[in-house]
Amino acid sequence: MKKENVIVAEELTKAFGDFKAVNAISFEVKKGEIFGFLGANGAGKTTAMKMLIGISKPSSGKAKVAGFDVYTQTESIKKNIGYMSQKFALYDDLTVKENITFFGGIYGLSRAKIKEKREQLISELGLEGISNKLVGSLPLGWKQKLSFSVSLIHEPKIVFLDEPTGGVDPITRRQFWEMIYKAADQGTTIFVTTHYMDEAEYCDRVSIMVEGKIEALDTPKKLKEQFKVASMNDVFLKLARNIEL
Amino acid sequence: MGISLSNISKSYKKVKAVQDISFDVNPGELFGLIGPDGAGKTTIFRILTTLLIPDDGTASVAGFDVVKDYKAIRNSVGYMPGRFSLYQDLTVEENLTFFATIFGTTIEENYDLIEDIYVQIEPFKDRRAGKLSGGMKQKLALCCALIHKPKVLFLDEPTTGVDPVSRKEFWEMLKRLQKKGITILVSTPYMDEAALCDRIALIQDGEILEIDTPEAIVNKFPKTIYNVGADNMYKLIQTLKGYKHLYSVFPFGEFVHYTDKRDSFETAELKSYLENAGLIDISIDATQPNIEDAFMELAK
Repeated sequence: MKKENVIVAEELTKAFGDFKAVNAISFEVKKGEIFGFLGANGAGKTTAMKMLIGISKPSSGKAKVAGFDVYTQTESIKKNIGYMSQKFALYDDLTVKENITFFGGIYGLSRAKIKEKREQLISELGLEGISNKLVGSLPLGWKQKLSFSVSLIHEPKIVFLDEPTGGVDPITRRQFWEMIYKAADQGTTIFVTTHYMDEAEYCDRVSIMVEGKIEALDTPKKLKEQFKVASMNDVFLKLARNIEL
Repeated sequence: MGISLSNISKSYKKVKAVQDISFDVNPGELFGLIGPDGAGKTTIFRILTTLLIPDDGTASVAGFDVVKDYKAIRNSVGYMPGRFSLYQDLTVEENLTFFATIFGTTIEENYDLIEDIYVQIEPFKDRRAGKLSGGMKQKLALCCALIHKPKVLFLDEPTTGVDPVSRKEFWEMLKRLQKKGITILVSTPYMDEAALCDRIALIQDGEILEIDTPEAIVNKFPKTIYNVGADNMYKLIQTLKGYKHLYSVFPFGEFVHYTDKRDSFETAELKSYLENAGLIDISIDATQPNIEDAFMELAK
């Protein structure tokens, strides 16, 4: 069975004056795939992602996300994707329950659906005892797991994760990756932007952006073979700045 | 004359930030504090740089007591906090001159110490610090922390949020500074940076899990680790969790790290168990533990 593409970008470009922040990138991401989107600071990752999530209009090229056009159907894109970042996650001064209700409401779920989701989420994460506590009082690892679950509340086709596991302890981080694998197994596409190369190792395929262009795109295993190195970190070093190891 | 902590504790209201911590950093050593956010790393830095008074215990830096001799310590250490703390609206050169003047010195006097770092940002010396890229801010902050030729350098998460290329360059700079005789205490949440330190302390929830060389910590790992791979990662982990001989399973990039309760076991048996569960493309190979494996075992 050939899996459908949920993201298709063709020659997608964003220029600011003469400067091409994103320079004609083309790639496809399949349903249920964990796709890593890597690049150094300033390589164009954020600009590219903004176009894909419908908050920045491309200068040229084409792209469809969850079947919708990035020029004309940005509202439909926003309804069909989830987003989670280290920097912005949940509201610290709302409780666990309130956060879930709030985000459910934002995505237009019915009251009954929000209630169902809230109970399911709290039980899956084992948060029964603390569902009335402020999110600000939770340990970082719990916040992140809750934040990821909330990003899936409206059952999006794709969830965008921006450096999801930076700074957390190794055990929590792996619990987090297990949640990602589960979501992917159930058919959600996971789009991870990061410059933490150890996060890249977990992806099915990764693309590496250098100065606005995608310079490499393959499975971590094949990229390591191609560059004859042992880690994605070393692939990145060779590619991003041509550093001989 | 390096750094010495003896039974240091510090709480903020009810939260115990660090509990009964003791370790020594030898003169000229590059010592790493490795742990996640909230482990207590920054509290230790603030105590050692005399910005915070411990509730209990004693500590000394370059031979000076952190409470009694705080003025002497401030003259002999350099501190690069985790958050960018230079003046955003001063230029690169103005920031550096400012810090030199505060310490009663000049850029010229200690230029040899910062030269190989400063030349990389010198083309931007008239740019305001707030307008620099992350990697350049970090280099400027390091120059400012070094301009008075400190004996001991404190670097709190200098590589957080920095891309791999800049991280690599930063560690190379630290190695060169170490050769000039500076004692360095550096913290990081990145376990892969542990291998670049002479010795490390693994820290979590305000307590030290282990102190040793990175090699020794890895060598103490009590089990044989197997890289197990299959076509479906989620199913693989769930299936392994149901295996009666499982000791631990953790995702590790394209494989999972599996350890078995038994001292020796046949991989064929595990393989057939996984095949019976419907997994394909199964691989099972012994591999070396790394610092993350050691950390997770110690944190259990």
